[in-house]
Amino acid sequence: MKKIVSCVLILCMAVSVLCLSACGSGSKVTLNVYNWGEYIDESVLSDFESQTGIHVNYTTYASNEEMYAKVSSGAASYDVVIPSDYMISKMIEEDLLAELDFANIPNYAYIGEDYKGLAYDPDNQYTVPYTWGTTVIIYNKTMVDPADVADESVDLLWNEKYAGNILMFDNPRDAFGLALKKLGYSMNSLTPAEWEAAAQELKAQKPLVQAYVMDQIFDKMSSGEAAIAPYYAGDALIMQADNPDIGYYIPKEGANFFVDCMCVLKNSQHKTEAEQFINFMCETEVAAKTAEYIGYATPHMEARALLDPEIVGNPLVYPDSAVLASTEVFLNLSKDINKLQSDLWTDIKKD
Amino acid sequence: MKFLSKAYNFLVFAFLYAPILVMIVFSFNSEKSRVNFGGFSLRWYEALFQDQIILKSLYLSLAVALLSALVATLIGTLASVGIHTMHGFKRKAYLAVNNIPVTNPDIVTAISMMILFVFVVTRFNTMQMGFGTLLISHITFNIPYVILSVLPKLRGLNTNIFEAAQDLGCPPTRAFLKVVIPQISQGIVTGFIMAFTLSLDDFVISYFNSGSTAQTLPVTIYSMTKRPYSPKINALSTLLFLAVMILLVIVNVRKSGENKRRQNN
Amino acid sequence: MNRKSLTRKIITAPYTLWMSIFVLVPIGLVVYYALTDADGHFTLRNLTAIADYGKTFAISLELALISTVICLLLAFPVAYTISRMQAHKQSTMVMLVMLPMWMNFLIRTYAWMTILEGNGLINRFVRMLGGEGFNMINTNGAVVLGMVYNFLPYMILPIYTVLTKIEKSTIEAAQDLGANRIHVFRRILLPMSVPGIISGITMVFVPAVSTFVISKLLGGGKTFLIGDIIENFFLGNTGTVDYNIGAALSLVLMILILVSMAIMNHFDKDESAGGIM
Repeated sequence: MKKIVSCVLILCMAVSVLCLSACGSGSKVTLNVYNWGEYIDESVLSDFESQTGIHVNYTTYASNEEMYAKVSSGAASYDVVIPSDYMISKMIEEDLLAELDFANIPNYAYIGEDYKGLAYDPDNQYTVPYTWGTTVIIYNKTMVDPADVADESVDLLWNEKYAGNILMFDNPRDAFGLALKKLGYSMNSLTPAEWEAAAQELKAQKPLVQAYVMDQIFDKMSSGEAAIAPYYAGDALIMQADNPDIGYYIPKEGANFFVDCMCVLKNSQHKTEAEQFINFMCETEVAAKTAEYIGYATPHMEARALLDPEIVGNPLVYPDSAVLASTEVFLNLSKDINKLQSDLWTDIKKD
Repeated sequence: MKFLSKAYNFLVFAFLYAPILVMIVFSFNSEKSRVNFGGFSLRWYEALFQDQIILKSLYLSLAVALLSALVATLIGTLASVGIHTMHGFKRKAYLAVNNIPVTNPDIVTAISMMILFVFVVTRFNTMQMGFGTLLISHITFNIPYVILSVLPKLRGLNTNIFEAAQDLGCPPTRAFLKVVIPQISQGIVTGFIMAFTLSLDDFVISYFNSGSTAQTLPVTIYSMTKRPYSPKINALSTLLFLAVMILLVIVNVRKSGENKRRQNN
Repeated sequence: MNRKSLTRKIITAPYTLWMSIFVLVPIGLVVYYALTDADGHFTLRNLTAIADYGKTFAISLELALISTVICLLLAFPVAYTISRMQAHKQSTMVMLVMLPMWMNFLIRTYAWMTILEGNGLINRFVRMLGGEGFNMINTNGAVVLGMVYNFLPYMILPIYTVLTKIEKSTIEAAQDLGANRIHVFRRILLPMSVPGIISGITMVFVPAVSTFVISKLLGGGKTFLIGDIIENFFLGNTGTVDYNIGAALSLVLMILILVSMAIMNHFDKDESAGGIM
């Protein structure tokens, strides 16, 4: 009996110690930052904490949609989030984002002009770009006939020769984007018939697809488990480092040009601190560290000087304006199109 | 026949342990790959201890597991004693409700609580989803398991003793602590351990019910999927696995030691 | 009111309150959401919309059933042999069965990918021996394997528990009376282990039918199961968040499971259903 009592006591003490250290930030401001998984060099966070005395509570998500579901339910409070383009315009439309006070973010000046004033935030009121890139088609040179990649087309993903060796995006927005481009339509098409046609393409592609994946593309491409996959440019570079047989191109039909931006939520209680955080992330060294860790292109012009010139000079990772002109930024789809996309995707997946 | 059954058992256990072996081996991989083994190295263990996000969520997982198991054990044990003295419809009703979180799929339990939390938060604007909701959800699915492990122990208990103690002037609380608890302590400990384990391993319920301030280890692992798989996680699992194994072995050795002593006496 | 029932009221109060607020009310909310539209008006549209997912339900049920049957077939002999061992060996074996459950299931499932992939460990071994290699990953078979693997201990433990309650002498008596192995199994072991089998089946079938991660990792995301669809409606992975249809799907899943439980319990008279304790 005594034993049990002492056990319980010890447990209680352990718990209270845990609690104190876990929630013991006291009167210090705690900033809730919600970012993609593995999308920051963590040392940056402790630097920020020791520099400003602001405590950062950092949590992560796996998709824009997951982040949106958590934020829009209103049940959780976040201060800084890092959504992609189309999600940004959706969140602006739904009045979830706060207008930024750029007086608190002087480092915004370092952001390149190419990444400002884009369609999701035309007046640069809500966003500070964090990373950007394009989708690319990645292939394994030992498994794919050079003749099939010569024309740099998105059709490679539909090539029956490679049945069972093709990986496809496991998210509807990117997957439909490719199918729409294949048909020559806009990725932001407003015509339901075009979406239906794209769905037909994706259905036709399904028997050729080895798996619908996101993260696992890295392993599967690096190890030669699959021959062809679409993914993001910065990631292709990582795969190439692991496996020199990896090649990639920006499809001639046009690719998705994505920008992930730092935003502050409207219901944030610590807007000034949030802007302080964003400004810190735009310090040249910090931005360089981030870019180096993630491998994606940075919109921070000064930080590029600190990066490996081979990467900055790589036209596939940092494509020039001519190539960028052929790409398209995802826009927020109307509610009806969004619903249609979701239904069509479920339909493709459930059969 | 004896050989056959041994071989069969061996195969089943090989099946159970194959992935764990793979995980352990690959935690020592010098490469980042999940498939190619490049050679022995401890780099992922080093990386693990530098990863604040993983360590923080491990910490949080342990805290939630401990707290929720404690609260659930407390509520569950008290309730078991109450339910034990019930009869007829009332008892049936209590047991039926108790069985809901046990038999319902995790995902249904998870979304039903998520709906409640979202409902309350958005209507009344009082609290936020986070550590609190996470803890509540874990306590909720832990309580029934405590009851299921304490209740059978009570079956062998004579309730008259509890009343006798009270008749002799012992206050109920004291009678409960001195008379009832010692007799069911084994069930309480089992319930606590079960609750702790279930909570630590839970992914589904935490995935839907953790808010901005709390992220348990399984949720962190799941959200790391945007970027390439990191063997850091293998290293962490290997360490956890070893810790659990050592713990279980100690418990087992002590138990068998006790058994032997009992036999000798 | 007498003292006894007052004490009982006091000690069960926290439980009653807790379970009402966090179990019964949420279930009520699921029903409410399932029967209303986004504006809160009564509708049956969510429930009729489920007809679209008939095929998904069918596949989920099929895969879960197959997994449950395989688990049962694998588990029974193991549970039996463990239950016939010496006491100290038994506890070691039970520990060995439980140990893998302590490992996070996401990680164990990842490990299976390493084993099953086209260039995975099995295929490398087969090719080393000069074979062709198989296509195992990204099939429904791999999903079933993942389910069997993750839930097998939940089948072994309850069956083991009921089997230990069968006295050795009972079996010996039967053998003395001329019963052969098959007779012993059919007349004694099987009937007496029904409660364990039933709780094992529930403990495997329920999580299997509602899983949403295994299909993603081992099935290559090619087959949506019910769990995936419910997740999508609540977390909006396909772009639409719709608590109402999600709640309706959950409700149907819940009823489905309740019905199958009721059928199962028909075979079992014991109130606490075997249990692993």
